[in-house]
Amino acid sequence: MVASPAAPAVRLRGIVKRFPGVVACDGADLDVLPGEVHALLGENGAGKSTLMNVLAGLYRPDSGEVALGGAPVRLRSPRDAIRRGLGMVHQHFMLVPTLTVAENLALGLEGQGALLHRAALEIAVERLGRDVGLPVDPTARVWQLSVGEQQRVEILKVLHRGARVLLLDEPTAVLAPPEAAQLFDALRRLAAEGRSIVLITHKLDEVAAVADRATVLRRGRTVAAGLAVASTSSEQLSEHMIGRPMGRRLARSAGTPGEAVLEVRGLEVLGDRGALAVRGVDLVVRAGEIYGLAGVSGNGQRELVEALAGLRRPAAGHVRLDGVERTGSPVAEVRAAGLVHVPEDRQAVGVAPRLSVAENLALGGVPAGGWWVSPARLLADASTRAAASGIELPAPATVAGTLSGGNLQRVILARELAASPRLIVAAQPTRGLDVGATEAVHRLLLDQRARGAAVLLVSEDLEELLCLADRVGVLFGGRLVGELAAPELDAGRLGRWMTGAS
Amino acid sequence: MTWPRVVFEPRLVPSPWARRLQPPLALVLGLALGAVVLAVAGLSPLAAYAQMATGAFGSFYALSDTAVKATPILLTALAALVTFRVGLWNIGGEGQLLLGAWAATGVALHVLPPSTPAVLFLPALLVAGALAGALWAGGCGWLRARLGVSEIISTLLLTYVAAQWNAFFVFGPWSEGGFPLTPRFPEAAWLPRLSDAAATWPALSGLTLHLGLALALAAAAFVWVLYERTRWGFRLRVEGDNPRAAVYAGLPLARDLVLVMLLSGALAGLAGAAEVSGVVHRLQDRFSPGYGFSGVIVAWLARLDPWLAVPVAFLFGGLLVGGKEVQPAGIPAMLQGLVLLAIAGTQVLVRVRVRVAWREP
Repeated sequence: MVASPAAPAVRLRGIVKRFPGVVACDGADLDVLPGEVHALLGENGAGKSTLMNVLAGLYRPDSGEVALGGAPVRLRSPRDAIRRGLGMVHQHFMLVPTLTVAENLALGLEGQGALLHRAALEIAVERLGRDVGLPVDPTARVWQLSVGEQQRVEILKVLHRGARVLLLDEPTAVLAPPEAAQLFDALRRLAAEGRSIVLITHKLDEVAAVADRATVLRRGRTVAAGLAVASTSSEQLSEHMIGRPMGRRLARSAGTPGEAVLEVRGLEVLGDRGALAVRGVDLVVRAGEIYGLAGVSGNGQRELVEALAGLRRPAAGHVRLDGVERTGSPVAEVRAAGLVHVPEDRQAVGVAPRLSVAENLALGGVPAGGWWVSPARLLADASTRAAASGIELPAPATVAGTLSGGNLQRVILARELAASPRLIVAAQPTRGLDVGATEAVHRLLLDQRARGAAVLLVSEDLEELLCLADRVGVLFGGRLVGELAAPELDAGRLGRWMTGAS
Repeated sequence: MTWPRVVFEPRLVPSPWARRLQPPLALVLGLALGAVVLAVAGLSPLAAYAQMATGAFGSFYALSDTAVKATPILLTALAALVTFRVGLWNIGGEGQLLLGAWAATGVALHVLPPSTPAVLFLPALLVAGALAGALWAGGCGWLRARLGVSEIISTLLLTYVAAQWNAFFVFGPWSEGGFPLTPRFPEAAWLPRLSDAAATWPALSGLTLHLGLALALAAAAFVWVLYERTRWGFRLRVEGDNPRAAVYAGLPLARDLVLVMLLSGALAGLAGAAEVSGVVHRLQDRFSPGYGFSGVIVAWLARLDPWLAVPVAFLFGGLLVGGKEVQPAGIPAMLQGLVLLAIAGTQVLVRVRVRVAWREP
């Protein structure tokens, strides 16, 4: 299928890209041949998107080489990358909603006259869409299109600009399964024409469905390059992604679950776009137990967590905390009832970035004692809180925005756990953390379980759930499609449920 | 052959140095641009600036006049600053000042009898002014919190409504003999001046500085204590720094936004009440040369620090007083505009690193 003697369409060698406190890419390599669909795999934070943004001309690498068709290049800007035939389809679309499809495609094209030949353009767009197998109405306005159709427009835009290499960043995250199948057909067709496709994903079934070869990144490095998908098993790929064989267990005592702390009945929650994101979920989390909620992100986890934490009103159903109805209660009320929330997006939601660690600790509730709040008092409270939580915290005067992910999570956990909560809702608490910080978070969650707290642990990382959870439920398409309890936890069955197989 | 090229690179973390140096840089840049305009107009910029400085700060009388102008500027700067710090943009302090002046005038001329003692009269009049300003801005805050109406637009546009509202009263029902001004307030409704004590200390005669300045300085202290030392202020700082974190933590963001707008409007309304009661003792059409708009600029130059707002307000008060010393008129307004442009233009330095690179061949 792949013509091996040809010079690679894209060749990346030793790409390093640092951000303050983070090395996103730490010597990553990638070879993409003409006419292939190449999957770029890795866990969240492995550096996939950063590597693609280097290739799209958005980031300049701190070191490393980029070669296109065998010739070394320096990509100065996205425009430069487009001119060299690299086209990126971002997760967040870059379209002008009030313009038509054809007008969006005309934007940013070089070398055209002052006049827009609308009719000719519309015919060209229509034909292009039909040829590739991504049909769109060129006269429709973008805001009227579904998300899947908008994605088609993005891909056509990139093709219309003459891209020979297509970079797609998790394109199926926003698609329903039939739309994804149609997209994969189109990608195969484009590859057959000699174009190269780079598909960023962490879904292994997609790799098997569409890719010729796969490259796996872990912690910014390429750990497996150019694996032929046909002769590589999903288990091997996931081992590369995680860095160790599946199935290792952390030593952990058997739990003694007590009374139900959280009861969710028939919960339905609307997503940001107004469609049902959570469709009738029933679950119970007991005192002294960790309930793991597995699933590929975008299957309703965020909406479910926000509904529990009081940040999103449920459309239907019931939420009870310790037997008391709390459906749609405001945040302050559910927090007073003993719920704490470790948010998924800790930078954007969990902290006030320009305030100090001490002030961020106080965000969990300034201790009682009048309206006067002095910096000295906040600092004193911070140290008592740190001591009480048993968590090693950065200096209280440090500005929160400068903390590393691990330290930031320590601050958030210290704050949230200080209140001896009844229920801990932890969303992706170890995403992007290094091994040490991850273990610290795991230990804290197990301590809380031993103390008798109920823990709802939402995670995409099956391995983590197998280590920690007493029971695991799988969320797919907004429904709880399966649930297993501790002795019977089985990565294979859970994994199949996560991909929607029944 | 290589070409120099200016490269703008976004900073991932705003530079603390650039943040500190930006306001003075903007001030210098604005005055430098102003010097160019003055030179083009055929004036000597240095002579003009020197004359303005003498006119504003050269004598006790000049300083007193400058302080009088600085008073409403400081109060409206505080009004702007309390909202800017929570991520709200009340740029209609001018309108709230106008309405505060109107309400104070109403109390002085039509609510309380002229025989009311000053100890009652002055607080009543100031509270009325603050209340009117608070409601004028609070409405915008409520629309923002409930319906998402941009407070930038609503506060700005309501400024023109307030100006027409006042014009209606001074030309119509409250006019004195058809002139666009009201009758004088009874003396009990005048804020005390330094010159009032001239009988005891002759040196004070002719100094127009009034009690409003003390009120403005107290307001600056109040705003500082509120934000830096109180539980509510702490909440506001969190809400200003990251509204999503505030909502996540269960803070009443929408309610606090309305309350901050009420506070802001009250400060601007107080400025209006103090101005009519301390300076002209009557409501006139167009009595404000745009104090509220100066306040917005002062708030930015002071980096939203209530203490720094005090000297900056004096500087802008001096610009108004000293500007009268040079011809043509309109120079203070031009300089204010240029400084504001310079603030906006140099803002980019905080987030972007600018360097010169050599283009590759």
